[in-house]
Amino acid sequence: MAALWLARASSQLARRAARRLPGRHGSGEPTSPWFLGAVPPPALGSPAVETSRRGFCSVRRFAGESSAAAAVDEEPENGFVASDQQAVDFPGGKVSFVAEMNFLPDSMKERINCYLVLDDDGRTISGSRFQEVSKELALKMYSEMVTLQIMDTIFYEAQRQGRISFYLTSNGEEAINIASAAALSMDDIVLPQYREPGVLLWRGFTLQEFANQCFGNKLDYGKGRQMPIHYGSNRLNYFTVSSPIATQLPHAVGAAYSLKMNKKDACAITYFGDGGTSEGDFHAALNFAAVMEAPVIFFCRNNGWAISTPTTEQFRSDGVVIRGQAYGIRGIRVDGNDALAVYSAVHAAREMAITEGRPILVEALTYRVGHHSTSDDSTKYRPVDEIEHWRTARDPISRYRKWVQGNDWWSDAEESELRSRVRKELLQAIQVAERMPKPPVTELFTDVYDKIPSNLREQEQLLRDTIMKHPVDYPTDVPV
Amino acid sequence: MTTAFSLRAAAPATAPCAGVRSTSAARVVPVSAAPAGRGRMVARAAVAAKADAPSSAVAGKSDGHEVLLFEALREALIEEMKLDPTVCVFGEDVGHYGGSYKVTKGLADMFGDLRVLDTPIAENSFTGMGVGAGMKGLRPVVEGMNMGFLLLAYNQISNNCGMLHYTSGGQFKIPVVIRGPGGVGRQLGAEHSQRLESYFQSIPGLQMVACSTPYNAKGLMKAAIRSENPVVLFEHVLLYNLKEKIPDEEYVLCLEEAEMVRPGVHVTILTYSRMRYHVMQAAKTLVNKGYDPEVIDIRSLKPFDLHTIGNSIKKTHRVLIVEECMRTGGIGASLRSAIIDNFWDYLDAPIMCLSSQDVPTPYAATLEDATVVQPAQIVAAVEQICQ
Repeated sequence: MAALWLARASSQLARRAARRLPGRHGSGEPTSPWFLGAVPPPALGSPAVETSRRGFCSVRRFAGESSAAAAVDEEPENGFVASDQQAVDFPGGKVSFVAEMNFLPDSMKERINCYLVLDDDGRTISGSRFQEVSKELALKMYSEMVTLQIMDTIFYEAQRQGRISFYLTSNGEEAINIASAAALSMDDIVLPQYREPGVLLWRGFTLQEFANQCFGNKLDYGKGRQMPIHYGSNRLNYFTVSSPIATQLPHAVGAAYSLKMNKKDACAITYFGDGGTSEGDFHAALNFAAVMEAPVIFFCRNNGWAISTPTTEQFRSDGVVIRGQAYGIRGIRVDGNDALAVYSAVHAAREMAITEGRPILVEALTYRVGHHSTSDDSTKYRPVDEIEHWRTARDPISRYRKWVQGNDWWSDAEESELRSRVRKELLQAIQVAERMPKPPVTELFTDVYDKIPSNLREQEQLLRDTIMKHPVDYPTDVPV
Repeated sequence: MTTAFSLRAAAPATAPCAGVRSTSAARVVPVSAAPAGRGRMVARAAVAAKADAPSSAVAGKSDGHEVLLFEALREALIEEMKLDPTVCVFGEDVGHYGGSYKVTKGLADMFGDLRVLDTPIAENSFTGMGVGAGMKGLRPVVEGMNMGFLLLAYNQISNNCGMLHYTSGGQFKIPVVIRGPGGVGRQLGAEHSQRLESYFQSIPGLQMVACSTPYNAKGLMKAAIRSENPVVLFEHVLLYNLKEKIPDEEYVLCLEEAEMVRPGVHVTILTYSRMRYHVMQAAKTLVNKGYDPEVIDIRSLKPFDLHTIGNSIKKTHRVLIVEECMRTGGIGASLRSAIIDNFWDYLDAPIMCLSSQDVPTPYAATLEDATVVQPAQIVAAVEQICQ
């Protein structure tokens, strides 16, 4: 057994192991391959660990000479405590053993607690600690939440009227969208799933720009290539939405990796739903981020539904936050309909991610008030009164408004002024977007590669010739 | 006479990379913009290998140095990583272990653990990580321990690598290189003998190249790293220990260009990767029998170098494709179709294609050999075509 391990270990590891061969073993102790329990990883929160975690890795299996990080050698000289019969070394570190067989329970006795700041009446819960917001910031957050809500309503109606082909709302998740965005800096990289247009709105994407993308006109930054709601803006550090679920999670780890390489004072944040946590990419991305100590916030919008699949059929764990621990990641569960709680949690998560160079998992509990999308009728699989309850009694915007009004920062007059102004602006934006010409046929072939190759140029010519020959069979409003 | 639908006229009039020369001095050589119709824009500092002469490895004044193919790949990586701090490597066991085929040996010592990153075992995810890092300005080189494992990364490669530059309207680019050993080895079993070029060839937005000699391995690796597009670089498990003398001066090859291995007049044999060697072995026999085959290593699997291929067909009028892919949906199938589209009038015989059968690669050595095209078959095919 030892010979097998020795043969497999790198020469460096073997040399290091050879230096530490013990003179004696504890009596009666089996000769286990102790040298493979070389530098054990520090336990989370362990007070003995002083290592700065901004280095690449606190602990390496292979201690190369030019290894950038300090490999913390915590192990006692002879490999294990000679007289203590209770601990034994294995790859991964020392572990105590017990004589009794004991299966870990499938769940903890109690569910993980949920961080909350505002009660349903918009009053801060006594004793709650949260990140303070200035009046200016608080009002900006409120008005953007309202704007998001109105935007969703109007674009949804536009789809129903046949003016756009598809839309997807964030009803009920306005606090998640806006409050999390407010806690980030513009240098932080956002990798959305698709129910986070509020983050883009916060960063300065205009209603006209949203409309242009939904209508796929020539001013759309995506050049008409993606379905509605697949926004993207390099300038605002918001990665273009890609439909397949959870593919953005590994991207986020890659983006965080680039931040780490460039030693930037920023983090990556990626959003996904409860359904997304079933994808393989979720598990691997969390694992990677933990191993690589990447500064990324994994933000889960646990809204109870993945199209028609309720969370009871999605997983059997205590939601999503519990899984962080399985990967060695710190996590928090927060009321996603509480804007101040979301803001505080993301603020703290960002701080930790950047200064400590670690990933953080945030699970925001919420409810998907709207249908999954315009292609869905959720009343088919869930009770109407349940939806109504969440739409009214548990509405994040009303709750936050009560707090803002409670501070005398907002009035009903300002409320109606805001709503009518935003509504007007949106209707205007839609009109303009609708009338704007579509991208020309050339744009079908550009950006596949950095420069258009000859075979695509051929195909473009062929298409153009065909359109010229059969103009009645092609739309008149698409420039050739 | 060309009608609007004549595709023949549309084949590239000039060689890819025409008009661009490399210099060993400057790394960044301003490349003149390709005017419309001149063919594809090239990677910076690309060498234009003349299409009609056999490519010679050591053309420079100095003697050059001998390397094995995997060392050539490593040289390319080291050179590019030294030149450009955004180039980084991800993969399983690429760090201190040096990579399962030693391509990245020593790199972690030179560039540190962060730039040469050992990843956990999740191909889809580390490829996705490469996409995300690429979108943020890095140039990752993602290694699949075996090409077959990259099937797990197919979603990221197709839906994201290939697409995100397009769907983002050009806002985000993904200059990743995805590489690894593939092809039929020696009794590695079906899962480790995959020819992924047939699966990937449809994905819009990708470029694919296959190296076959130490010389072209180094040049293609450098070109792939410098390319702004995602490039899949196919290496072959059995070719890593090929030895060749390569130039001491810096050189970069053109990704879209095919390589003239042996000029001839009787038949055009198109091949790539390991089959090039089977073809050259068959060529010896053919020469003894009085044939004069022209052998082209197509190298660029997506897109095909139809300029070089076309010139050859116009000369020989007969085509034999020798590949390792399966019969159905392989590179040969696409190449055949492209040749028929573009060069039908120049053909004096139907295009022949020798490929592996549509079976998983068996383990037993005798069976495995039977699935790979052997020199004897190539000789027989040429004799048949040239009747």
